[in-house]
Amino acid sequence: MATVELNNVKKRFGLVEVIHGVSTKIVDGEFIVIVGPSGCGKSTLLRMVAGLESVSEGEIGIDGKTVNDLEPMDRDIAMVFQNYALYPHMSVRENMGYGLKIAKTPKDEILQKVDAAAKLLQLEDYLERRPRDLSGGQRQRVAMGRAIVREPSVFLFDEPLSNLDAKLRVQMRLEIRDLQARLGITTLYVTHDQVEAMTMADRMIVMNAGRAEQIGTPLEVYETPQTLFAAQFIGSPSMNVFETTVADKTLSVGEAIIPANTKAQGPVTAGVRPEHIIADENGPLSITVQMGEPLGANTLLHGRLGGTSDAFTISLPGVHHAVAGEVIRFSINSKHLHFFDIKTGRRI
Amino acid sequence: MTHSAAKRRKEPAPGMVEKRGLGLWFTHAIMIFGVLIVFFPIWLAFVASTITQPEIVSPPMPLWPGDQFFTNYKKALFSGVNVPVATMLFNSLVMAIGIAFGKIVISLLSAFAIVYFKFPGKMIFFWLIFLTLMLPVEVRIVPTYQVVAGFGMLNSYGGLILPLIASATATFLFRQFFMTVPDELAEAARVDGARPMRFFWDILFPMSRTNIAALFVILFIYGWNQYLWPLLITTDPEMNTIVMGIKQMFPSGDDVADWPVIMATSILAMIPPVIVVVSMQKLFIRGLVDSEK
Repeated sequence: MATVELNNVKKRFGLVEVIHGVSTKIVDGEFIVIVGPSGCGKSTLLRMVAGLESVSEGEIGIDGKTVNDLEPMDRDIAMVFQNYALYPHMSVRENMGYGLKIAKTPKDEILQKVDAAAKLLQLEDYLERRPRDLSGGQRQRVAMGRAIVREPSVFLFDEPLSNLDAKLRVQMRLEIRDLQARLGITTLYVTHDQVEAMTMADRMIVMNAGRAEQIGTPLEVYETPQTLFAAQFIGSPSMNVFETTVADKTLSVGEAIIPANTKAQGPVTAGVRPEHIIADENGPLSITVQMGEPLGANTLLHGRLGGTSDAFTISLPGVHHAVAGEVIRFSINSKHLHFFDIKTGRRI
Repeated sequence: MTHSAAKRRKEPAPGMVEKRGLGLWFTHAIMIFGVLIVFFPIWLAFVASTITQPEIVSPPMPLWPGDQFFTNYKKALFSGVNVPVATMLFNSLVMAIGIAFGKIVISLLSAFAIVYFKFPGKMIFFWLIFLTLMLPVEVRIVPTYQVVAGFGMLNSYGGLILPLIASATATFLFRQFFMTVPDELAEAARVDGARPMRFFWDILFPMSRTNIAALFVILFIYGWNQYLWPLLITTDPEMNTIVMGIKQMFPSGDDVADWPVIMATSILAMIPPVIVVVSMQKLFIRGLVDSEK
């Protein structure tokens, strides 16, 4: 059980700064997901918390204690790696008990803790097997078991599900979330998958190019994205954005003028999520369809926003047989419009 | 080959019988012929080690073993020409095992240092080690002799083993193997609380065991077959190794060579490497073809 504090944490590789100062406070037992595209620095940030990378500037505190200069083993953390990193020549039991063995835990205590963890993870039948004889999901569980038996203050997960197939990923997602809730251990979880971030996080840190774009609960980020990047990264399909001008609480889109409840004025980047448009035969806006993607429950239509050359996607409920060139009219509830500064990308 | 596999091979798919049968016979004939060519000199040596001196020197030499097997081998093992062959076998064994073990230990540790640690001049050291590949024993034999003589290690096991113990090849092999071990494994061990040497012993060493076995076979034979170096530094017959010892058995001047004993020694010299290769064959092949990761 512990809090984790990041205080203006920076990382430089040589002269190149890759993380430009991230600060946040993680409360005891919280599940934090760090999400962002490849190369945004999310894994580096996690590895700094783990102690596998040095901190160039700033402070990392675990349970109120600065850990910048501590070795990973002295930080009271456990980490689950993307490729599981199981020791290939050891049995599942030895893999899970290795950390305890190094810590000189008495043998019967190791036995008991490994058995308990194995029961929790339904690995009892596999304890004597080698990692290569296990399936991907089982290996993933062993990696988690190895983390659990040490009873750490903080769990660190580095894209743990990216090597699993889609179905197993959904299942393991639930299992990890459930496990964390039961054990109540503070968790930092890195992923590039925004669905994982949305479904698992208590709060998420959206990262881009070494900066934390937004820190908040999944719904906060979805409903009021603080930056253009966060708006487009979270949500699937991603938010439609187009440059336009706002004048006296109205917004011009092509030739149409629609009401906009905003204090913004002049040129802005406006955004609306595909699922928030309302199909409406008399709607002020239109889309010229180029391609349809039927998903069963809903249908995505990609095309151009009427009167402009901006790419636009709408999501219609149910099945919709779209023909290329078809024009569909729709309207938008002004509360679903987002406005961002055209230069900084910050929310207005 | 198991019985069922042999049976299956004799019953190929219908229609292919003739062609396959012929091909099978042909390849086997070639292989048997090759084996005979390679094996013939060894057979001759064996035959020569079981007959008497007059039988050897009066042509034609017999092609089937005689009745002197025990006499000749007993003579070779326990009295020899200059020194009992048993002594030479022991010396060779000490040298070969010493070289194999020493080389493996040193190259494991140096590869571990090169792959897992950052230190100033790391690349320089690596290339220095690599450069020694271009300097075989023969090239540096005079200065090496000087050094060994200076340390007073002539006619000693230390003198036989130490100068041959550093190995660029083995270091390079382990370096390549260590580089294929995922970084996460080292990191996981670090998170688990393993210090570097603990990681080496608990994780890296067991993972390298097939490589070590393969290398042991190669290095044992390398050590066993050393000729020039023991010839230079062992003047005392008690310290002769068997490979050079065979040559020492040849008479100088007009003395008569004791061919049956020399041949018995040759056969004896072949046995330990064969035992090592055969007994470690499985591990050896696994070490060369696959790695456990």
